[in-house]
Amino acid sequence: MKENLYLKELESEAIFILREVVAEFSNPVMLYSVGKDSSVMLHLARKAFYPSQIPFPLLHVDTGYKFREMYEFRDSFTKEIGANLIVYRNEEAIKKKFHPSKNGVAKCCGALKTQALLDALSKYNFNAAIGGARRDEEKSRAKERIFSFRDSFGQWNPKSQKPELWNIFNGQIDEDESVRVFPLSSWTESDIWNYIKHEEIKITSLYFSKKRKLHVQNKNLIPVENDTNLKAEEIESRFRTLGCIPCTGAIKSDADSIDKILHETLKAKRSERETRIIDHGSNSMEDKKKEGYF
Amino acid sequence: MDLIQWKIKRKKDIFKLENSPEILRFATAGSVDDGKSTLIGRLLYDSKGVFIDHIEALKNDSKGKNSEKIDLAHLTDGLKDEREQGITIDVAYRYFSTPKRKFIIADTPGHEEYTRNMFTGASNSSLAIILIDSRKGVLSQSRRHLYISYLLGVKNIIVAINKMDLIEYDEQKFISIKKDFLKTSNNLSIDSLNFIPISALDGDMIVDRGDNLSWYKGETLIKMLENTKIKSKNQSNESCFPVQLVSRVDNNKTKDFRGYMGTVTSGEFHIGSEVEIHPGKKKSKIKKIINLGNYTDAINRNQSGTLVIEDELEISRGDVITSINYRPKVGNKIIAQICWMDDESLSIKKKYFIKHANKSSKIMITKIINKINIQSLTEMPSNETIHMNDIGNVEIKIQNDIVFDSYRNNKVLGAFIIIDIETNNTVGAGIIK
Repeated sequence: MKENLYLKELESEAIFILREVVAEFSNPVMLYSVGKDSSVMLHLARKAFYPSQIPFPLLHVDTGYKFREMYEFRDSFTKEIGANLIVYRNEEAIKKKFHPSKNGVAKCCGALKTQALLDALSKYNFNAAIGGARRDEEKSRAKERIFSFRDSFGQWNPKSQKPELWNIFNGQIDEDESVRVFPLSSWTESDIWNYIKHEEIKITSLYFSKKRKLHVQNKNLIPVENDTNLKAEEIESRFRTLGCIPCTGAIKSDADSIDKILHETLKAKRSERETRIIDHGSNSMEDKKKEGYF
Repeated sequence: MDLIQWKIKRKKDIFKLENSPEILRFATAGSVDDGKSTLIGRLLYDSKGVFIDHIEALKNDSKGKNSEKIDLAHLTDGLKDEREQGITIDVAYRYFSTPKRKFIIADTPGHEEYTRNMFTGASNSSLAIILIDSRKGVLSQSRRHLYISYLLGVKNIIVAINKMDLIEYDEQKFISIKKDFLKTSNNLSIDSLNFIPISALDGDMIVDRGDNLSWYKGETLIKMLENTKIKSKNQSNESCFPVQLVSRVDNNKTKDFRGYMGTVTSGEFHIGSEVEIHPGKKKSKIKKIINLGNYTDAINRNQSGTLVIEDELEISRGDVITSINYRPKVGNKIIAQICWMDDESLSIKKKYFIKHANKSSKIMITKIINKINIQSLTEMPSNETIHMNDIGNVEIKIQNDIVFDSYRNNKVLGAFIIIDIETNNTVGAGIIK
């Protein structure tokens, strides 16, 4: 890496955290969502344990609503690096065809993401789940600890968080308890892109601009993947953040390279999660986090 | 506060942060109502650290609360519980950048009893901004914030005298507050102490100089923050590498591979460097250095890496690799200054864990030497135990030997947290004398 002390510092801090997880927990897992933050986290894990393999599996909580490019990227990239990938789906809810337009965003997320995650963690007895959440993403995350304690129901209580001093993390838990660990806590969206650029990290093509078929609804640009009933327009666009197709809006953009994305990010006046429909409405991120959402 | 009141001046620069200096982590401390939220809001806003949709969300939050105006303090307190109850829980972290540097703010709530929050916020900070309301002058809380910053080895202090707009930008008043503050600070050894008059509301002397404080010739607040130099965590700059993990597996299947993973907390290591491993004073040389995916010749302060040494030695997590001229102490008795952070007060007979330099050990606190009187900031003998938000000096007996140093000399080998064995809570934090 070029002399860039600030990125090195963020990198070093994240690697320290990843190693602490391995040192303190018997059965950790890394939550891998295929997005840019996950890609950075995975890259950091590879660096942290080199020349060994990553000493924990990756868990992708799949809702069935992800983009085709995401599935392709996930499978080819994890194979390329020899990672142990676990895919977990709430099959029952998927069979019932849970959908945000039918069940509402809160219920759909609750079943396909939160419940699926909690089920997966308990099925495999994972006691530490490493996630790529950043404190700058959403305001309820600003007070999240780096080692964030979850009770035996997998739930978060913001009032009983443990103080975190220096870089000394308290990893003591009882048998049925767990932690969520956030090594990218101190990174911002532009730090992520700067680092992707510096390290030449592979990411899915969805982040790069091209002509895409989109349905225009108010301010939202909704991708038309499998839904042929929607009226579609071809728009030069990309995704700033990735989630499920029905709940992820595209943005108009001509950023087709990392440099252009970085430039666009640094100029952005609106936050990245704005295109994530799940953050808005009465069931906020804070509520979802309390229930066990990642 | 209404957004329109803000002299909005968004910076158009692109923040590339190429060749950037290290991140500046700073704590903000102030008493209730002295404008800390406004100051942070101003720093975030003027440096483009706030997105428009977050501000719009604030507008929506304010609806139905008999208020047309947005309360920008809400930009900095995130949780619904807090907004509903008008309280602040614990320390919050904020991030912003200027074209010169990335900043992390540890925003510590100003309540009188929140010594533990200040302690937490200051633990990772190289600088503290102590906010003073120009109408109220130096309060006992201001002194306490200074004292805790000093205890935790925060080397740079900025005293920001706020609300200058409410005292007609009076230079004489500023000078008298400064004199008053110096009476306390002169007794403590602080490397860099700066005073600045500001108006967080109008933005004077924060990012822009403004028109009202022309008698002040020093730097603006943001310039001070950008130009602050960070010193090593280890005062004496000797090379220090606490071992975090031992790796025995190598993809190339090297026989008997043993890599020691960790972070260089001070100094540097080169291939061929003579090293000593503590405890045990075993000597060896650096054979290979893996710096994150590559084999390199050297590794510097703050970098994570993996060291391979010449000799086959029994080294495990919690051991410390140092240069041969650095002699940390080894032993099972320490004297430390601790801050208590739990509702359940310290119990002399109870066993706790400490986590110190990557190692967890069982301990007993064998004696309370004295307590800090938080009003007079002096050490006073006490018959009472140490309660939540108290700071005291104690003797600690540890189940095994640890490798330590004084916090003044080496922050990493001198700091620990105390964990309750039954509840697993972090009940205290300490610095070794």
